[in-house]
Amino acid sequence: MPKFVLVMLTRVLGTAGPKKAAKAAAATTGKSARYYPADDVSRPKHSRAKKHNPPKIRPSFTPGTVCILLAGRFRGKRVVCLKALESGLLLVTGPYKINGVPLRRVNQAYVIGTSTKIDVSGVDVSNIDDAYFARTASASSEGEEEFFANDAAKPAVVSDTRKADQKKVDASILKVVESTPLMKNYLGSKFSLTKYDRPHSMIF
Amino acid sequence: MGFSRYVEVGRVVFINHGPDAGKIATVIDIVDQNKCLVDGPEEITGVSRQVVSYRKIALTDLTVKIQRNARAKTLKAAWKEGDTLAKWEGSSWAKKLEAKKKRSNLSDFDRFKVMVAKKQKSRIIAQKIKELKA
Repeated sequence: MPKFVLVMLTRVLGTAGPKKAAKAAAATTGKSARYYPADDVSRPKHSRAKKHNPPKIRPSFTPGTVCILLAGRFRGKRVVCLKALESGLLLVTGPYKINGVPLRRVNQAYVIGTSTKIDVSGVDVSNIDDAYFARTASASSEGEEEFFANDAAKPAVVSDTRKADQKKVDASILKVVESTPLMKNYLGSKFSLTKYDRPHSMIF
Repeated sequence: MGFSRYVEVGRVVFINHGPDAGKIATVIDIVDQNKCLVDGPEEITGVSRQVVSYRKIALTDLTVKIQRNARAKTLKAAWKEGDTLAKWEGSSWAKKLEAKKKRSNLSDFDRFKVMVAKKQKSRIIAQKIKELKA
């Protein structure tokens, strides 16, 4: 058979190619293919979509590391890292009782991990994951009329479950924190640079 | 008063530049007006015998009693005899260097502790001064 006829046939029949089809048939029955399939065989398109690899967490962040937040409304605060979440964000807490930072997620790019560690093996945060922090649908559903009503903004409401979780986590961390002298004051103070401080040559 | 530290055979010098920066060595010989031959001794200070420029060294108050071009063994014996390393470590220069090194290796929490201690110190001083003035 001339080559162009073979090529035409494969196009019409939708197989991978004349050689491949013959090979596949031979592999299954031990013989060469007796006929081509009548209908087109749908094959998945080659996809170039990127696969997400699991996020890399810097080695300086381990559960119990005291971290310095560098961005956001809590910048400068020293907080305790509890774990890394599946999304690659770090789960941190002030603890809230000490410096007002609640259980929250932070991007590790905006955090300095220090060499100071706290034993958080007694803190249970297994129930807190990325879904825990998902927004509720009603939270942002302010209607158009309400938007233009020019009334006072509704205060943010913290759910009771979050309050309870915060209390539970705080209680177990506080015990550990108070066992180290000055640790409570340290977590309560903010990090800042002063004259002659050179952050690139500082050891945290 | 004139100079008291000379570039001379047996002068202990502090190396402030290059791979041996921060170490001390002894002048063994004068090469010319720009450089000299130094030796640690290597077993004591970690500086091997080499020619260095005067620009890269600073003279200390210490000297050891050696002949020009002394062997490593003789030099080592002279250091042991004069107790030179202990003398250097006891100097305020070496102590300052040590303190500086210690400071630069502090962690964030350590710096916080230093800050607290400093505050306590100045508080005590202020109180005492107040008492003395009253």
